[in-house]
Amino acid sequence: MENRNILKNRISFKNITQSSGFSSFSSAGMAILLGLIFGFFVMLFAIPGNALAGFRYVLLGGFSRFGDVFYFATPILMTGLSVGFAFKMGLFNIGASGQYTMGMFFALYVGFMWELPSSVHWIVAVIAGMVGGMLLGLIPGIFKALLNVNEVITTIMLNYIGMYLVDMLVQGNSVMYISTKTRTNYLPSDVQLPSLGITGSNVNVGIILAIIIGIILYIVLQKTTFGYELKATGLNKHASEYAGMKGKTNIIITMVIAGGLSGLGGAFAILAPSAIAGSSMTYEPINIIAANGFNGIAVALLGNSHPIGIILSSLFISHIQRGGTLASLVGYKPEIIDVVIAVIIYFSAFAMIMNAAITKFIKKKFRTKSYQQEVSANTEEIDTNETSDNDTKEAE
Amino acid sequence: MDTIYYLIQNMLPVAIPLLLVALGGMYSETSGIINIALEGIMLFGAFFGALFVFIVQNSGMEPQTILLLGMLIAAISGSIYSLLLSFASVNMKANQVITGTSLNMLIPAVILLFSKMFFNSDGITTNMNFYIKEIPILSKIPVLGEMFFQRTYLTVMIGFAFLIVAVIVFYKTKFGLRLRACGEHPHAADSVGINVYKMRYAGVTISGILAGIGGFFYSVGVMDGNVSGHTGVAGFGFLALAVMIFGQWNPIKILFAALFFAFLRTLAYSISLIPFLDNLGIDQTYYKMLPYIATLIVLAFTSKRSRAPKAEGIPYDKSKR
Repeated sequence: MENRNILKNRISFKNITQSSGFSSFSSAGMAILLGLIFGFFVMLFAIPGNALAGFRYVLLGGFSRFGDVFYFATPILMTGLSVGFAFKMGLFNIGASGQYTMGMFFALYVGFMWELPSSVHWIVAVIAGMVGGMLLGLIPGIFKALLNVNEVITTIMLNYIGMYLVDMLVQGNSVMYISTKTRTNYLPSDVQLPSLGITGSNVNVGIILAIIIGIILYIVLQKTTFGYELKATGLNKHASEYAGMKGKTNIIITMVIAGGLSGLGGAFAILAPSAIAGSSMTYEPINIIAANGFNGIAVALLGNSHPIGIILSSLFISHIQRGGTLASLVGYKPEIIDVVIAVIIYFSAFAMIMNAAITKFIKKKFRTKSYQQEVSANTEEIDTNETSDNDTKEAE
Repeated sequence: MDTIYYLIQNMLPVAIPLLLVALGGMYSETSGIINIALEGIMLFGAFFGALFVFIVQNSGMEPQTILLLGMLIAAISGSIYSLLLSFASVNMKANQVITGTSLNMLIPAVILLFSKMFFNSDGITTNMNFYIKEIPILSKIPVLGEMFFQRTYLTVMIGFAFLIVAVIVFYKTKFGLRLRACGEHPHAADSVGINVYKMRYAGVTISGILAGIGGFFYSVGVMDGNVSGHTGVAGFGFLALAVMIFGQWNPIKILFAALFFAFLRTLAYSISLIPFLDNLGIDQTYYKMLPYIATLIVLAFTSKRSRAPKAEGIPYDKSKR
């Protein structure tokens, strides 16, 4: 009787630990934990006396700024989806920053220069932002598909090109740009996204749209032929081509969609309403690459490139970012969070391996207790599971 | 003629960091590890080099001695930082591009954090002047003297020295051959008794040393001895990767690629001195975009017949074949 219970436990334990959801969740958790511990040590090193208080702000501060967490999560959610979507295809889109900036510019341009009925103005501006991002995503897509140029280098170069181009175009436009303030003018109120009306926060419909887009992407990836081809190409390029999938077309489409997602992020960020009446978000052309694009990489990796995971991880990153700004109350600078995020990415790159090692360790402990026959039947299965975590296996 | 002298004198201090870092990238990639983290390693080296300069600048030491010591410190710090990449990609078999990206993100944040807390600025500002007006004797050579040995930095000569050493080590030593074997076919290398893990560590560490020095030389020759966490090294690490691809993982070709990119960049920043280009009335920003656009175009033409090391980017696993 007792034996049967153990057997039952063992099976359920195995089912949980070996499901891919659990493993990505626990590896993300481990990366976060290590990142936070590292951040704590940096704080301890910088100002030893305030480390505990500062760390409390980082962990819990976001809860007191609930609306802002959602507001700041919107752009990084979109860039995260962009990076994650491309990553499913095996493409590494470091160019989210450039696409984001381009989307921002297109949205600004429609906002300032086009005369449209006020009910549709913001919608057109958002779509324009998407188009802007798509254009910048198209270039690396074509380069990769037709000319076999690594997308990492092209997207990095396009970050700089997009940034310089947008800064130049903004500064050259006297309607948008106020040279005395070195910033763009306030946007007309009908272009701004409708606010959700949480007091003291700029949170707007952008976050709702972003979450809906995330869910749509999830459906596209899980339920459509295109999504299947995409994932298949990401897992094994040669096999998918052998099966008759059009790899080159898919690469271009993927990069265009990824660019569009980042562009939407830029549009959502710049079109957000301001809590102060009569003002709005402004853009300052100072030749710096948008940080939200790089934070998107963190979001995507933490969410294991899964749309739902990305929604959650964007909220988490935004949460600790808000906490980081609050930590300045005890003498720390908000950059502490960028340090933590970078460390989280570093560890999430090999968290899967550590995770597999730990699962193996736990499994061994269970195994020694009883059920030798069960084990012998399962060893093969377990072994294959461990190796397939990271690399696609070569021929059996 | 003066304009040409001016362009060359300004081009060389820009070309040297590109050259060194691209050589570093070459060492890392021929051993089989993609080093996207070059940008971060450069900034890391530049930061510690500049920090050293900042500390000793009022001690009355000879500027060129400080330069050499700073270079040493930048090399050490660069190699230490690169260990993070080798650990992740060799021991943990992690995705090299992701790891590199995280290392790139970490350093600007750390620099901003500490500079803001301790210096109340975005980076380190030094008042040291490493500029050499003219080198005795050599600067008297007609034409060449004016091109290479006047209004220059010591970094230029050190850079060329490193290039020569790099070529010799790469092509004329056992180590260089083994390194290249590990990037082309690690299993074959392993089968004849070469420790692939050690060779990869060596390749990445050398790239860390060169990138650290390159970063410090960037801050000396381009930024007048300053380091800023905001602008960092302005994408020079990434440009160096493009230089390396353009140079087809060959040291001499890399030299010419670096000179080409440096020329474009110098041109972009000295448009107002060239009457012909100034009169065209094109926005200066277009010229600033030029190196990056040139990279794209160059890559489009060279990638088809790319001679990249075959095993780069693939973690080495002994048990696989």
